[in-house]
Amino acid sequence: MEAKGRIVRVSGPAVTADNMTGSQMYELVRVGEEKLVGEIIKIEGNKAIIQVYEETAGLKPGEPVERTGRPLSVELGPGIIGQTYDGIQRPLPKTQELIGPFFKRGFAIPSLDRDKKWDFTPSVKVGDRVVGGDILGTVPETPLVTHRILVPPDVHGTIKDIVKEGKYTIMDEIATVETEAGDVKLKMVQTWPVRRGRPYKVKLPPDTPLLTGQRIFDTFFPMVKGGQGAIPGGFGTGKTVMLHQLAQWADANVVIYVGCGERGNEMAEVLERFPKLKDPRSGYPLMDRTILVANTSNMPIAAREASIYTGITMGEYFRDMGYDVALMADSTSRWAEALREISGRLEEMPGEEGYPAYLASRLSEFYERAGRVLTLGSTERIGSVSVVGAVSPPGADFSEPVTQNTLRIIKVFWGLDKTLAEKRHFPAINWLTSYSLYSESLEEWYRRNVNPEFLELRGKALWLLQREEELQEIVRLVGPDALSESQRVILEAARMIREDFLMQSAYHPVDTYCSIEKCYSMLRVIIRFYEEMGKAVERGVPIKSILSLPVLEDIARMKLAPLDEAVKVCKEIESKISEQFNSLYTTLRR
Amino acid sequence: MSKTILTGKEYSTVKEIAGPLLFVERTTGISYGEVVKIRTPTGEERTGQVLEVDEKRAIVQVFEGTSGLDVTKTVTRFTGDTLKFPVSLDIIGRIFDGSGKPIDGGPEIIPEDERDIHGAPINPYSRAHPSEFIQTGISAIDGMNTLVRGQKLPLFSGSGLPHNLIAAQIARQAKVLGKEEEFAVVFAAMGITSDEARFFREDFEKRGAMDRVVMFINLADDPAIERLITPRLALTAAEFLAFDYDLHILVILTDMTNYAEALREISAAREEVPGRRGYPGYMYTDLATIYERAGRIHGRKGSVTQIPILTMPHDDITHPIPDLTGYITEGQIYVERALHMKGIYPPINVLPSLSRLMNEGIGKGKTREEHRYVADQLYYAYAEGRSLRELVAVIGEEALTERDRLYLEFADRYEREFINQGPYEDRDIEKTLDIGWNLLAMFPETELKRIDPVYIKKYHPKYKEKKES
Repeated sequence: MEAKGRIVRVSGPAVTADNMTGSQMYELVRVGEEKLVGEIIKIEGNKAIIQVYEETAGLKPGEPVERTGRPLSVELGPGIIGQTYDGIQRPLPKTQELIGPFFKRGFAIPSLDRDKKWDFTPSVKVGDRVVGGDILGTVPETPLVTHRILVPPDVHGTIKDIVKEGKYTIMDEIATVETEAGDVKLKMVQTWPVRRGRPYKVKLPPDTPLLTGQRIFDTFFPMVKGGQGAIPGGFGTGKTVMLHQLAQWADANVVIYVGCGERGNEMAEVLERFPKLKDPRSGYPLMDRTILVANTSNMPIAAREASIYTGITMGEYFRDMGYDVALMADSTSRWAEALREISGRLEEMPGEEGYPAYLASRLSEFYERAGRVLTLGSTERIGSVSVVGAVSPPGADFSEPVTQNTLRIIKVFWGLDKTLAEKRHFPAINWLTSYSLYSESLEEWYRRNVNPEFLELRGKALWLLQREEELQEIVRLVGPDALSESQRVILEAARMIREDFLMQSAYHPVDTYCSIEKCYSMLRVIIRFYEEMGKAVERGVPIKSILSLPVLEDIARMKLAPLDEAVKVCKEIESKISEQFNSLYTTLRR
Repeated sequence: MSKTILTGKEYSTVKEIAGPLLFVERTTGISYGEVVKIRTPTGEERTGQVLEVDEKRAIVQVFEGTSGLDVTKTVTRFTGDTLKFPVSLDIIGRIFDGSGKPIDGGPEIIPEDERDIHGAPINPYSRAHPSEFIQTGISAIDGMNTLVRGQKLPLFSGSGLPHNLIAAQIARQAKVLGKEEEFAVVFAAMGITSDEARFFREDFEKRGAMDRVVMFINLADDPAIERLITPRLALTAAEFLAFDYDLHILVILTDMTNYAEALREISAAREEVPGRRGYPGYMYTDLATIYERAGRIHGRKGSVTQIPILTMPHDDITHPIPDLTGYITEGQIYVERALHMKGIYPPINVLPSLSRLMNEGIGKGKTREEHRYVADQLYYAYAEGRSLRELVAVIGEEALTERDRLYLEFADRYEREFINQGPYEDRDIEKTLDIGWNLLAMFPETELKRIDPVYIKKYHPKYKEKKES
């Protein structure tokens, strides 16, 4: 582009330039002598307001602004899996190699390795008709992800040329498509603007749970493939640990973890731990299916704003290949704060708590990019992007605008609770306030794939927890003596559900992941014990002697049973329950 | 900043003065963030920084305050340079004021380098995850909320509570087991009283530690806006010593509440849209640029560990200052008034306290293999005991069961025997965990659900004594 703008004002990350006639909203620009990366976010006559993705100290009015004519985009192609990017898709390992451990400004590094050769196997031949979304060929990118090279959405025509199976870089031309507008040469890499959702044929209703290995989620408040969920919680309630757990154990093909304005040391933890962790289903390192986007709280705020779009665009790309993608954003509150700061710099009229009036629409735009879809292409492929966002409400007050606007969109609400966290009940998810609007549509799945009895057990467990709350209220007012024996049975059973089922240690090698079969078996044991307890109390057994049964010890430790033995262990506990209750009756008769 | 900068553009076109801000007109070629030297009508020199710039005017914040400035005789010189601090190994043992000028009567510092006080963010990919246990000798921290090297762990306190005593004790006793290296301390005071500053100074001197300490002092009667740069100077010094000279640095920042007040003052003067309680909407990001300057870097030996101290207004943990801090730091140590009133020192309530990096720093080869389990069990029992206290207040002790009474008694003993210790008592981790076990031995074994039975057999006093006898 020839036209050059000129800086007229600098205020933090917001820079105003004039002589910008003809520029477009969200166009990418290079600001100042150091060519800092920026994006146009407002146009007033011949002036453009630019948010700059790097530190702006040192910029002067009068310095040039170069236009690029294209919007902020990401590069999509082999080499993306296992990478760690900043908010505008600059690879962090390469950045370190180039400039050392501290960030400097104005450096440009391609997002994907230009020189690495990939094994490409074509799946089309000369003369084939192709439309956008069709698979040109495949690249085994990691043992867990086969990268399907797609025809870009806007290209359709006839294959005029396609390379043979072999090793190619992403810059090599691998196919030529003859279209109405002339020949289009395709490479393995394509770009896509981050603020525009990638197209698909049609959105489908979700019908499969996104299993997470976390008992409270999978049993009580399930997430679906293609669903939207949020985890709000004050600091110290374990949001980040929960998101890490999801990133580790969610049964998705590709996981994208966006660290948006959070702690540097937490990203370091993910970077250190993930390569060592194995996928429980395949045994390969988890990094082989993971992409990290890390824009920590002290990195430029505008890039933080962009980071969640960068993440979800990469997610949609893998969805289009027919994969199930799970994206975690930690935290959407920090993203909203970036929005607020930039809005403030633009001197826009503030809405609630200083957030811009468009906060709600931006949030819903983002969450709506989640979903289960029928992808483009001439063959039928279904893919999904599930989104879980952490929310960090100030003072753990859920009435604040980011939490409230998020709740209006999402379908799964996992509410974290400070009191539980202080008691070290983890995950500190409050079972009375959390919900999943997908529970009903998944009933069929649970009946078919787990056990027909599962839903009944779940119903009983939730009822017990609800009753416990009511009874606790009485205890708080008049003391535990006011309760009848049968009410104490309920309290004991609820305590077992809380301590022996819901509590799950993210740091215990076995307990960190719990299969749905194990969830079912464990729940069955507890409900069984509860029912036996009820019968025994009716027959006059004092609750004190029930509570000294040795099997309680086994129940307390069943969560630590290895996955492959868990079902058997639970069965054994169930027979122990019968035996020990029977011997209680024998003593009673004597 | 003791160095005089001779270059730069001079303007005497101050149009308006509002609070700590100067509005300078008809400027050209001024860059955002550059340092401004201001000469007052009486010839005194002050320092400021450009907050906003357009083609015709620059807004400058003056760190030493604007009193005595006018619109006719005040001269501003724009230096074209960002705010820098001259660093050298010789800064160790020295005392500086809140804007980096030596105030101990010692010689000028001959700088090895000049570093931008805003630092640069560490590439998250280059960070090494902190995992080395720091023994502070304080049971409430070591046993329950372990600190590790490279962590940022603030003290959430209230006015009149002994947070300074605790911070000084940590500075005195902190060590990494099995390693010879001692910590060097970088101490930054923002708006504290001269009594408090003297306490720290004397405490360092008393144990002959001044030769391992760098102090930056902005007192309560020093200019408020200067507090915006004091912690950044301290962290620039800390990063230099840690990552250029391989030292392990403990940074104490006190009191971050005063820092946040200064931030609010600037924001109000700029007529920005206020966020909660008048604090600017960007306070989270601003605090992050301070707190995130802690950690370890792959391939570098040194480390920066931060202990910021803040006094919660009205002891309210949901106040924006502790709230936003808690969202950035890796946990918090909660100093509680009720415990202080009971005469417990350190009055740390472990329940709302947290160390996010604890798990990395404890366990076999670091502290003891059963540490996590003991801590969890103590947490559970203490939480139970405290909630029973509330119940007793309503319904009386008579209504309690045998089990409940045990927990009540535990909570009292836990506070008196485990939490309580002397300000000069340096308990090693073995002792801390043993005290924990002795308290847990009050309970029948079946109550110790959070401890792996293997460890009960190994460490429970009942079995231990048998083995030993």
